[in-house]
Amino acid sequence: MLRIEELTKDFGGLRAVNRCSFEMPEGMIFGLIGPNGSGKTTVFNLITGFLPPTTGRVFFKDQEITSLPSYVIAQRGIARTFQLVRVFHRMTVMENLLMAPKHQAGENLLLGMLRVPRVRRQEQEAIERAMELLAVMGLEDLADEYCGNLSFAEQKMVEMTRALMTDPDLILLDEPASGINPSLVNQILDYIRKLRDEQGKTFLVVEHDMRVIMNLCDRIAVLNYGEKIAEGTPDEVSNAPEVIDAYLGV
Amino acid sequence: MPSELSLVVHLLVVITIYGILSIALNLIMGVTGLFNIGHAAFYGIGAYTSALLAKAGVPWFFAMLAGVFLAGFIAFVIGIPTLRLVGDYLAVVTMGLGEIARAVFKNWISLTRGPMGLPGIPHASLLGFKFDTAEKFLLLSVISLLLVYIIAERLLHSPFGRVLKGIREDETAVQALGKNTYRFKMWALIIGSGMAGLAGSLFAHYITFIDPSSFVMWLTFFIFLIIMLGGPGNNLGAIVATVVFVSLREGLRFISLPEWLNPAALQQLLFGVLLIITTIFMPRGFIPERKVTYRRHQGHAEN
Amino acid sequence: MELFAQLLVNGLIAGGIYALAAVGYNMVYGALKFINFAHGSVAMVGAYIVLALALSGLHLYLVLAFFLSMVLTALLGVFIERVAYRPLRRAPKLAPLTTAVAASFVLDAAVMVIFGADIKTFNLPARRGFQIGPVFITPVQCIIIVSSLFFMVCLYFLLAHTKLGKAIRAVADDISLAEISGMNSNLIISAVFAIGSALAAASGALIGMDANLQPTMGFIITVKAFAAVVLGGLGNVYGAIVGGYLIGIAENLGVWYIPPVWKDTIAYGILTLMLFLRPAGIFGKEETRATVL
Repeated sequence: MLRIEELTKDFGGLRAVNRCSFEMPEGMIFGLIGPNGSGKTTVFNLITGFLPPTTGRVFFKDQEITSLPSYVIAQRGIARTFQLVRVFHRMTVMENLLMAPKHQAGENLLLGMLRVPRVRRQEQEAIERAMELLAVMGLEDLADEYCGNLSFAEQKMVEMTRALMTDPDLILLDEPASGINPSLVNQILDYIRKLRDEQGKTFLVVEHDMRVIMNLCDRIAVLNYGEKIAEGTPDEVSNAPEVIDAYLGV
Repeated sequence: MPSELSLVVHLLVVITIYGILSIALNLIMGVTGLFNIGHAAFYGIGAYTSALLAKAGVPWFFAMLAGVFLAGFIAFVIGIPTLRLVGDYLAVVTMGLGEIARAVFKNWISLTRGPMGLPGIPHASLLGFKFDTAEKFLLLSVISLLLVYIIAERLLHSPFGRVLKGIREDETAVQALGKNTYRFKMWALIIGSGMAGLAGSLFAHYITFIDPSSFVMWLTFFIFLIIMLGGPGNNLGAIVATVVFVSLREGLRFISLPEWLNPAALQQLLFGVLLIITTIFMPRGFIPERKVTYRRHQGHAEN
Repeated sequence: MELFAQLLVNGLIAGGIYALAAVGYNMVYGALKFINFAHGSVAMVGAYIVLALALSGLHLYLVLAFFLSMVLTALLGVFIERVAYRPLRRAPKLAPLTTAVAASFVLDAAVMVIFGADIKTFNLPARRGFQIGPVFITPVQCIIIVSSLFFMVCLYFLLAHTKLGKAIRAVADDISLAEISGMNSNLIISAVFAIGSALAAASGALIGMDANLQPTMGFIITVKAFAAVVLGGLGNVYGAIVGGYLIGIAENLGVWYIPPVWKDTIAYGILTLMLFLRPAGIFGKEETRATVL
């Protein structure tokens, strides 16, 4: 489903990502770990089109998406969350979620202003779907709250729900567990697994908490200073000497 | 008509014209977050286009439409390179373009008569009915304001408007949701600038004389102050704030001040200070946006 | 050819002033990544302070008035920073931009109220100019050239060889790092504004000497200083200087081809074009313009 080839990113003299390659099939939960500053989020930005790579290519469903604009990549079925949660603070949770679905007729200037029946119908469907998704994580009471008033953990969950509202095939989660208390983390992990099992969604997860990744992922790639130093199942990776080396002192 | 009442009518006309400008800038800045400091230029483009065409014999309605469309078109042309710029660069570029437009008004003397201005602009007229008194014109300007308000509100409360608000909050996140933000920003800019053009045409055909001094950058900031205090994104708040501030400003003209105290400079000073205070202490505005709630739409999903 | 040389020299004179204004402007941008739109109005205020000190009542020597104005304007700059920018340091960039423009309007209006909107001059004794080759130059213009160079050299020494200069460069480079290292960033930022405003006052006074004074000159100075900085590369001191001279030359050579009323528009045009085509400027790094993470 996703394949990256020799992805490299230079910022002036600094090489943030160095010839990184890996691939993952549909329905896999793939983890990307590494110490702080190892380039994980940069890889995300390269995949989703927020940064152009210096060299290297990205393929999604066997089609090249390298250097496409970020909104085009999102339309193709890749959704993402951000490390520092980016929800719309001055809008309610519901408004955040309602913005997500693709191909909304109401986003056409004229149709939206005239509120033709198709627009109203799509709105209603979106509202219902949003409430269902919110209910899964127990957030339905927050539907009309301004996102700016929510706790960090709540915002994170809203952001993930919003990503799911775009009905993506591949979801990139940037540090989904950080800043969230352990019991809630387990809930989120269960939810991710359920989405994979019941809906065939594919996940690429960045984390620097080893236990979360080991618990959740089918396969893991380890980055250090922008280079992939190991890849394999959680067991293989946790026993690899290069990985242990990299994490010493972190 | 007793002079006090005619003053009030005049004030109301000015309020409606500024109301249109405020709603227009609200759409561009308050809702979408585009810092367009060149707003006054579109006001001027609408005014000059409409005035020149009407003086050449074109019926007011079409001259006005030409002003609106030219303003919108120039906004489109300007938008192509500028909408790709980030916030403060956009501000600076629109400021520069606004000033270039004003330089054109001032210096293209063969067309605009420069600082001497354009006198003798025909009154607005529709199907033979001439809006040649302040009271008659008020009818026209109130209807225009209503029209603009309705369009802005429908836009704001549609999915299209929702994306605009998202762009104001966090454009990158909106792009991550698959929206081509450039298209949305461009429409907001075009429509807002077209509305400013409408206001310009109304202004020109009411006062029947225009000169470049009406389209200075300070005007944009005065409108900005209005929408900041009325609540960015809140069209009703913008109208209320327009009533308050335009009344204050016109009122300042009538207080008998010592000869040396320049009323135009004074209002700029006072409102400038107010703008600083507002930006620091009330960035969300005085009147917040109305919250849009959805719980009651749910139906059976609740159980 | 003679005309060309004369215009070129005029351009260098104006350019020196713009370079001075640009350098002051650039200091603030470099330190805070903040486009200080009040800069030109501060420069104008500086010019009017010189006018007030030298011509009315106090009758100070021009030189004394000049330096006194720089001090007073420096205080004004620090005041404005404290009141209108510091509270917004963590706010989105557009908030301090708004207050900066608003502050410039307030300053413009205040000057207009106090001094009136009419054009004023320094009434410098009209001494005969002299001829250097094909070029005609007055003593005042010589003073301008020398002064602008003098201040730029002073600034260079300040930044490169003093402790304060090092601190300023540290803050400009990375403000949080500077704070962690124990520097009082607020103090340094105030110093930056003080120096930048003093330079602004100098440039404003020099413009007053070269041409005349009017309350509307503030905004024009801001635009030209900003155009110079963008042309040379935002954040780059040498770029600002080069940019300033280029704008001065472009303006003065430009009026050869186009009617003089459009002279000020040349700077607007350069600014707008640069921001569209190459926002990084001549000496800047490639920066992204589009909205990206």
